Amino acid sequence: MTDTLASHADQTLHKSEPLIEMEDVGKSYGAIRALRGINLRVGAGEVTCVLGDNGAGKSTLIKIMSGLHPHNEGSLRVDGKEVSFSSPREALGHGIATVYQDLAVVSLMEVWRNFFLGSELTAGRYPLAGLKVRQMKEIADNELRKMGIVVKDINQPIGTLSGGQRQCVAIARAVYFGARVLILDEPTAALGVKQSGVVLKYVAAARDAGLGVVFITHNPHHAYLVGDHFVILKLGRMALDKNRNEVGIDQLTQQMAGGDELAELSHELKR
Amino acid sequence: MSQTLEAPAPAPSEPSNRVRMGLGQRLLSRPEIGALVAAIIIFVFFLALAPSFRSAESFFTVLYQSSVIGIVAVGVGLLMIGGEFDLSAGVIVYTAGLANSMFCWYFGVNMWVGAFLSLLFCLAIGFLNGYLVMRTGIPSFLITLGTFFVLQGANLGVTKLVTGTVSTPDVSQIAGFDSLAKVFSSNFKIGSVTVWGSVLWWVLFVGLAAWTLQRTRIGNWIFAVGGNADSARAVGVPVVRTKIGLFMTVSFLGWFIGMHQLYRFNTLQSGSGVGNEFLYIIAAVVGGTLLTGGFGNAIGVAIGAFIFGMTSLGIVYAGWDPNWFKAFLGVMLLLAVLVNLYVKRMATARKVG
Repeated sequence: MTDTLASHADQTLHKSEPLIEMEDVGKSYGAIRALRGINLRVGAGEVTCVLGDNGAGKSTLIKIMSGLHPHNEGSLRVDGKEVSFSSPREALGHGIATVYQDLAVVSLMEVWRNFFLGSELTAGRYPLAGLKVRQMKEIADNELRKMGIVVKDINQPIGTLSGGQRQCVAIARAVYFGARVLILDEPTAALGVKQSGVVLKYVAAARDAGLGVVFITHNPHHAYLVGDHFVILKLGRMALDKNRNEVGIDQLTQQMAGGDELAELSHELKR
Repeated sequence: MSQTLEAPAPAPSEPSNRVRMGLGQRLLSRPEIGALVAAIIIFVFFLALAPSFRSAESFFTVLYQSSVIGIVAVGVGLLMIGGEFDLSAGVIVYTAGLANSMFCWYFGVNMWVGAFLSLLFCLAIGFLNGYLVMRTGIPSFLITLGTFFVLQGANLGVTKLVTGTVSTPDVSQIAGFDSLAKVFSSNFKIGSVTVWGSVLWWVLFVGLAAWTLQRTRIGNWIFAVGGNADSARAVGVPVVRTKIGLFMTVSFLGWFIGMHQLYRFNTLQSGSGVGNEFLYIIAAVVGGTLLTGGFGNAIGVAIGAFIFGMTSLGIVYAGWDPNWFKAFLGVMLLLAVLVNLYVKRMATARKVG
């Protein structure tokens, strides 16, 4: 795995150089303000963990970074240049690859087609150029094996795999194509203990290869294992923004669990 | 890190737990297999029942009949794999022919000019269909139902305005007619058998579509936008461009058959084409295309069109009342949908391991 990351990572990355910078970014969907006042910096060779409860705005945040929805307040800079992505294709062009929680794969398509979807290898640049099918199958198979996933047949529709395996295909794909920034939206939510461990190793390996990683999760324990920087979102705003040396796992857990509200609740429920 | 990171799991180097799926299972997960079986049964059926079905001449007549439906059906099949419908595909054929014919007759210009303008017009309609569907998010069924009625009305209305009747005037003397007829509706003889050029065009378009679907990036995108458009967009597939391109492909192929009808028959009835859109959809569905998108192939659609050609002529050759034809088509469609459902379940059922 590490060799995939090392060979695909952009060689010009320098540790802690800012890759994505957000300044006072906000997003509203019609009358509903999903996100406001976000200041976030994703550095090369760093893992930025974004934590938050359901509806806190985590998904909106990554949708802005990955180009699914453009932001409508504040500024987003990638490699120092102000951008507003109009499609995920543009974000991918900047080396930003994302694993979505809900939008992972196209179930009726074969595993290898899913792996290369949107970034197919072709024999030429003209529209009807043939796909390099054999090569694509080989690469997909190898990358999945590195994650410890052996599919019966790389030609089977991806819908025949289990949820965890599908998630792993999506992660392997993002690792393979994301040269600069890797965004993972709740990658461990659907996984068992062992596969969660594999994913966390990937996160660490991506960090060591110099990529910027944005790791969105519910789970403060997973976050603390790999994170360099922690952001907690609450109702669309930043509730905490600290480096690893400024915050402990207890504080993270407490903040995640509701912080003061939890203390109040435990007081009320005292038994 | 690379030292501390062990192989994450005991990934077997030998594909020991891989089973090659049995031949039957692999065949069943191909979209066109149901249609192929049906085609063989129907073929044998008519061979047995209709003596005049047994000649090479009638076989090529069947192929011709199939090609006229099959060429547009290939486009409709691609579009359906891409997850959309086009109900205006039947009428646009005649819109294309009428536009070419009446423009050249009214202004007295070369038929090539009219053919070219008609092509641009059809592509614009295809673009409009796609653009409206993508822009508004309204199901393509409704948008193209709208264009279907607009075109149907305009075909009748404009023809009445220009010619005063419901059919177009004779354009066979206008310059360019003969050369266009060579392109779109020529035929040649092999022995006693008449082979229509449209059959060759059909083979070409099917081949092109099959290659595109299975072996090109665009094909990958077509399956993806039909299977799950949101996922496709999220990994960088240009969903809007792909779908608009599919609508334009349908209108291009509709134009092509429109040209064939015009240069074969010289005059066109302005009310024709209504109902053909369903024949295209039936050919695609019988050929294994999933109504919900994301699954199907071009060969299957071709077989679907061939089944249509066989039955429409076979009933005549067998000396039956051709009025039953539609009833037969309906039964075929229902059977095809059932087979598709079964195949989809087979293909996506989780295999052990």
